[in-house]
Amino acid sequence: MWDYSEKVMDHYRNPRNVGKIDDADAIGIAGSLACGDQLKIYLKIKDNIVTDAKFQTFGCGSAVASSSILTEMIIGKSLDEVRKITNKDIADQLGGLPPEKMHCSVMGYEALEDALKGYGDDYQDLDDLREPEKAEKIVCTCFNVTENLIWDAIKQNGLKTVEEVTNYTKAGGACGKCKGLIQDIINTYYAKEKTENQLSPTQRILKINNIIETQISPELQKDGGDINLMDIDGNKVYVKLHGKCSSCKNATLTIKRFVEQTLRTALDENIEVIEV
Amino acid sequence: MIYLDNNATTKIDDKVLEAMMPYLTTEYANPSSMYNFSKKASNVLKDARGVIKDFINAKDEKEIIFTSCGSESANTAIKGVLNYNKSKKHIITSKVEHPCVLNLYQTLEKQGYKVDYIGVNSNGDLDLEQLENAINSDTVLVSIMWANNETGVIFPIQKISEIIKSKNPETKFFVDAVQVAGKIPMDVQEMGIDLLGISGHKFHAPKGVGALYINSKTLITPLIVGGHQERGKRAGTENVPYIAGMAKAAELAMDGLKYETTEVKRLRDKLETTILKRIYNARLNTGVTNRVPNTTNIGFEYVEGELILLHLSDLGICASSGSACTSGSLEPSHVLRAMNVPFTAIHGSIRFSLSRFTTEKEIDYVCDKLPEIIEKITAISPYQDELDALKKLK
Repeated sequence: MWDYSEKVMDHYRNPRNVGKIDDADAIGIAGSLACGDQLKIYLKIKDNIVTDAKFQTFGCGSAVASSSILTEMIIGKSLDEVRKITNKDIADQLGGLPPEKMHCSVMGYEALEDALKGYGDDYQDLDDLREPEKAEKIVCTCFNVTENLIWDAIKQNGLKTVEEVTNYTKAGGACGKCKGLIQDIINTYYAKEKTENQLSPTQRILKINNIIETQISPELQKDGGDINLMDIDGNKVYVKLHGKCSSCKNATLTIKRFVEQTLRTALDENIEVIEV
Repeated sequence: MIYLDNNATTKIDDKVLEAMMPYLTTEYANPSSMYNFSKKASNVLKDARGVIKDFINAKDEKEIIFTSCGSESANTAIKGVLNYNKSKKHIITSKVEHPCVLNLYQTLEKQGYKVDYIGVNSNGDLDLEQLENAINSDTVLVSIMWANNETGVIFPIQKISEIIKSKNPETKFFVDAVQVAGKIPMDVQEMGIDLLGISGHKFHAPKGVGALYINSKTLITPLIVGGHQERGKRAGTENVPYIAGMAKAAELAMDGLKYETTEVKRLRDKLETTILKRIYNARLNTGVTNRVPNTTNIGFEYVEGELILLHLSDLGICASSGSACTSGSLEPSHVLRAMNVPFTAIHGSIRFSLSRFTTEKEIDYVCDKLPEIIEKITAISPYQDELDALKKLK
């Protein structure tokens, strides 16, 4: 007997937002009948906001619960917010899932990703370290699991072992022939993560700018200020403060404690932020 | 609670517990000891051996040894025969054996044995021609279950034995009888069985006791080596209270055989036909005949088994599923896959297994509630078009 949380039980007993949206703006599918679970998710999107979501699931209790809670998590949210949802968020919302059932939360993430594929084509995930040509390669032929999905699961959940990857994606769970390949992907991921600071100069600039725009600037705007990236020279990042920040007596503290710390956590321990 | 998972384990009969109690309390003597106090314990062992001999119609009670479970019986039989006949390296078994046997064969393959796995057809019946062709002069052991735990399908043991002995008289025949003990009559002599294993907890004795029949012509190398108990074939102080319990359970089972094949079968058939009639996406995963009387395996198409079990459990109904999700193994039942059960139904397969304690009222309740559950789960399925097509067909 699985040790399901109260929330999981509530959601498989009384699933929310079941059904189909006939004039859906986006439809995502993950899994298959042969593999033992499938999720179809239907979205209504207006002005970049998910106004409605429904699902149909063939699967076990935790698969239905993951689908059901996912619809609740995305209705009313902007596409930018929805895109940030990971399988871990789904599992967390359910009060956790047994390790062997984490693949149900991954299926939710996968279906959502599939639905949003056609939306906002200019969207670029700068955290993405994949080599593009490898992305759609099937690693596990038993369950049709792509390298793409395994990579995401490793990244989102910090998976370290083949067994964990199997629990989260099913890959390697049947004949087991792909276990060596999965180990290779894990090794590649962590090797890449280590050398992340060796991004090409352009990638590095884009990434720093992206972090400033999406994580730092919105926080400063809340206090009536703002920040701009001026220049990058090696590990030195030159920024300019605007609005209230430019006259704030705690500006140096903001720069060191918040801006520099955020960039260091996300990118490189050696970054130094300098106000110009 | 409605317990319909009797192929997994059974309730201990009150009379069984009663028979065990003296040996769990006052009569705690070691049966091998030399004082009067141990007489009761050694006598109950002797009597139990006699009862089990009758239960399977062995020739001599010396052919019975007591073990701790079905897995130990199987391991003792298989490894015992192989280790005694070390020059021969070929084994034949079926694709649908219980995991306790299958996993052992997979280990033996790594140790250099050649193992042939005989297939089954979509009814679950064994491919006897394939079996016959597989036997050769190097075949040391054929190991076939009497009935399958998931489907209840009975294999033609006597016929298999005849095939084996006509092709290679030296080949030993081990039968895993765990799922037939207490359900159909067993006669090891008539069936031509060399070794046979049973497990107490499948016929209303407690967990932790089993028996192995080894006919007088079959020699084994013991698995557990130590003291001289069980004629040197299984060392370790005998589990007197549990053996006494299993003997009582066997007596009760012998008395109840007629009830199994009439009343239990009637209730099983009622459950089965009602489900198949009331639920349009239900299918019987086996043939109708050649089954133990207490088991039915039904596939619900385009829905998933664990979810059915969870909803049943909410109503206090216990059953089991061949779905991948219930095992954590990610793959559906090896038995149903060997039978080529379509993948539309394999993940939604449910096994109901009754016992002599199952009542008509319980079966009626399940017949009433199951259609609602399946309807509820079917409504969330993404395969509505396929389900509509199925509905029209019926």
